Amino acid sequence: MDALTAHRFQFAFTITYHYLFPQLTMGLALLIAVLKYMGLRGNVRANEAARFWIKVFALAFVMGVVTGIPLEFQFGTNWARFSEASGGVISQTLAMEGVFAFVLESAFLGLLVYGEKRLSARAHFAAAVAVCVGTWMSGWFIIVTNAFMQHPVGHEVLDDGTIALVSLSAYLTNPWAFVQYAHTMVGSVVTASFVMTGIGAYYTLLDEHREHAALFLKVGIVAGVLSSIAIALPTGDLQSKMVAEHQPITFAAMEGHFETEEGAGLVIVGQPNMETMTIDNPIVAPRMLSIMTHQRWASRIEGLNEYPRAEWPDNVPLLYYAYHVMVGLGTMFMALMVLAAFFLKRGTLRKKRLLLWALLIATPFPFIANTAGWMTSELGRQPWLIHGVMRTADGTSLQVSGGNTLFTLLGFMGLYALLSLVYILALVKIVQKGPATGSASESH
Amino acid sequence: MLETTWFVLAALPLIAYAVLDGFDLGVGILHLRVAKTDDERRQVLRSIGPVWDGNEVWIVVGGATLFLAFPRLFGVAFSGFYLPLMMVLWLLVFRALGIEMRHLMPHRLFDRLWDTSFAVASALLAFGLGAALGNVVRGVSLDEEGIFFAPLWSDVFWPAPGAEGQTGVLDVFTVLCGLTTVAVLALHGALWLASRLEGVVAGRAANDAKRLYVAALVLTVALTGATAWVQPNLTHNLGARPVGIVFPALGAVSLAVLGHAIRTQRWARAFRASAAWIAFLIGSAAYAIFPYVLLARIPERSLHLSDAANLTHALTVALYWWIPGVLLGASYFVYAYRQLPARVPLHEDAGDDGDGADTSEE
Repeated sequence: MDALTAHRFQFAFTITYHYLFPQLTMGLALLIAVLKYMGLRGNVRANEAARFWIKVFALAFVMGVVTGIPLEFQFGTNWARFSEASGGVISQTLAMEGVFAFVLESAFLGLLVYGEKRLSARAHFAAAVAVCVGTWMSGWFIIVTNAFMQHPVGHEVLDDGTIALVSLSAYLTNPWAFVQYAHTMVGSVVTASFVMTGIGAYYTLLDEHREHAALFLKVGIVAGVLSSIAIALPTGDLQSKMVAEHQPITFAAMEGHFETEEGAGLVIVGQPNMETMTIDNPIVAPRMLSIMTHQRWASRIEGLNEYPRAEWPDNVPLLYYAYHVMVGLGTMFMALMVLAAFFLKRGTLRKKRLLLWALLIATPFPFIANTAGWMTSELGRQPWLIHGVMRTADGTSLQVSGGNTLFTLLGFMGLYALLSLVYILALVKIVQKGPATGSASESH
Repeated sequence: MLETTWFVLAALPLIAYAVLDGFDLGVGILHLRVAKTDDERRQVLRSIGPVWDGNEVWIVVGGATLFLAFPRLFGVAFSGFYLPLMMVLWLLVFRALGIEMRHLMPHRLFDRLWDTSFAVASALLAFGLGAALGNVVRGVSLDEEGIFFAPLWSDVFWPAPGAEGQTGVLDVFTVLCGLTTVAVLALHGALWLASRLEGVVAGRAANDAKRLYVAALVLTVALTGATAWVQPNLTHNLGARPVGIVFPALGAVSLAVLGHAIRTQRWARAFRASAAWIAFLIGSAAYAIFPYVLLARIPERSLHLSDAANLTHALTVALYWWIPGVLLGASYFVYAYRQLPARVPLHEDAGDDGDGADTSEE
């Protein structure tokens, strides 16, 4: 494996694995704050439910921390030239994340997990809010960092290639970041609400923890239906228009749009064929791509043929599939949650066993959709590390060889396989034990 | 001036990390020794449970601040120490598993595995972090382009000034640094346990603290001599910037206060003295390398802080948010630590009902 591939693969693997946890904890932190608020208003079950979800949260949080530290380190270890060139800019938000977000969430996590007996109800609710704010701030700083790589602003490239910060406020208010943040955070709420709904469905099907399960379903489905709609409209729609405007090559590649067309169709299913530059076995919605992108049925959409191949993302089929998997799953989430919300409102959800099964089985899929979304974003940015400014091939650490990186990549894979095993066993244990009734007698 | 300010600021989160995570690393090193029964081990873990993760965050803040202040150092040093850093990352994972799995998945057999994982990973991490600091103080083999790739060890085991050859991560000097760190942090952890636990574990930790104090004292004296020998920049600085002598001097004062507090069994005071000592040890190390951020074995190639530093505008704007941000963060920690019980009882429920039992122990 050549060094560039090894560096890319290792970062892709470690960040993909890492993001399985923050996407759960960011959304769950919000839902826990909601449950704690209901508890503060006198809903005893909500407080017990919060206690259960804090355990799930804490487990995922620890996983997020231990798999997150390697990411920050890898900026230096594997991407030294990128770090040295862009350190004037992206180090601002990475350090802000540590100083403002990590310190906040980690200081209050201890109080949230261990402090219910020692703190007043209000103070414990405040700890839940502090952790939630911390995780959501952390998300903002990371998205700003990524947004700079997607759509650099507030900087200047000096003669020696150093990327200098010109305006911190422009950098922090990158328009790309607002849209991407909204889309990402809503995606995180989708994950958390599907997990909450899935476990609610599990207990309901088993007829265990009846009252708690009903609450999980209620909170999970309300959050799920709102977030599953918001993930498409407006956030997903805005995101794809932004890509179309600023990264037309990426947009053409992810839509599988090879030839420039007026009144372009939307490819729903089909396999990109990189030899014939067409879509095999396509199902196309005529003119839909033009309508969705420009709200005009005959608007012109540039295809990949407009651009030299060296400017294309280096893996068009993977980008195309990642994007279509994300969109396809997102559509199903919306349908499932709207259906669930309908029966929840009628009060007959408990009896719809097939629907409960569907909600249970759907639990892992938002993780796949979020991962596919990030693959779309990061594969779509290729061959650039910082769009239009620095190519990925120019960012690696020169002295770290492909062999060394392959070794550590395999090490990470083995270690994370072990982590997954332990995580799943511990999670199953928490779920088997289930939410307990009573006051704060249960803590660890 | 701006760069020097950031040299100082960048050291602060690293000191916070050493002092805070230092005691839970030390607790890990002593875990198998001072806590014998299942209840005792749970007691030890409960004493660090609410805080260890927050303590560890300071290494992230420290790494990110280094990146912010000295991007060139971040790139050169992190890629140069590639293999040892990856091992540190893996150890952090095993350590977290060791701490958290015990209450997530209690198991009669596997509890031993998690305890051992916690203890071994803590000891190796303390050793590794000490050796890393040793590498920075000793200097590395920067090439003409100003980069290096450190093997775990090489034939230059005796790093005399001017010795030929590529330096490795481990040699006589850095191993001494690692061992000193293990002793210092084990002592720091013992003092945490002695001042924060009830019952026999605190007594055992107090006994260990007395012995560890002697070991740490001897090792520090040896290390001070070795540093002066291996890094001529230290002696140069003593002549050129004599004001920096305050770091080792205050370190010596802290050490004396620490010894007195241990003799008189005032454990909370001893813990604070130990924290000060660790801070001044790191301050002394920083003084030994100043005004460089990464010393080379061939002195002309050393990375000067003004060459490694970020651009002026980036450093200036960062001052406006970094300083208030860190103060704010420190205030959260003060609040969180105030919520901890004065002493952790052997059994979970004992003492928890007795609100207002938070009497100071001194």
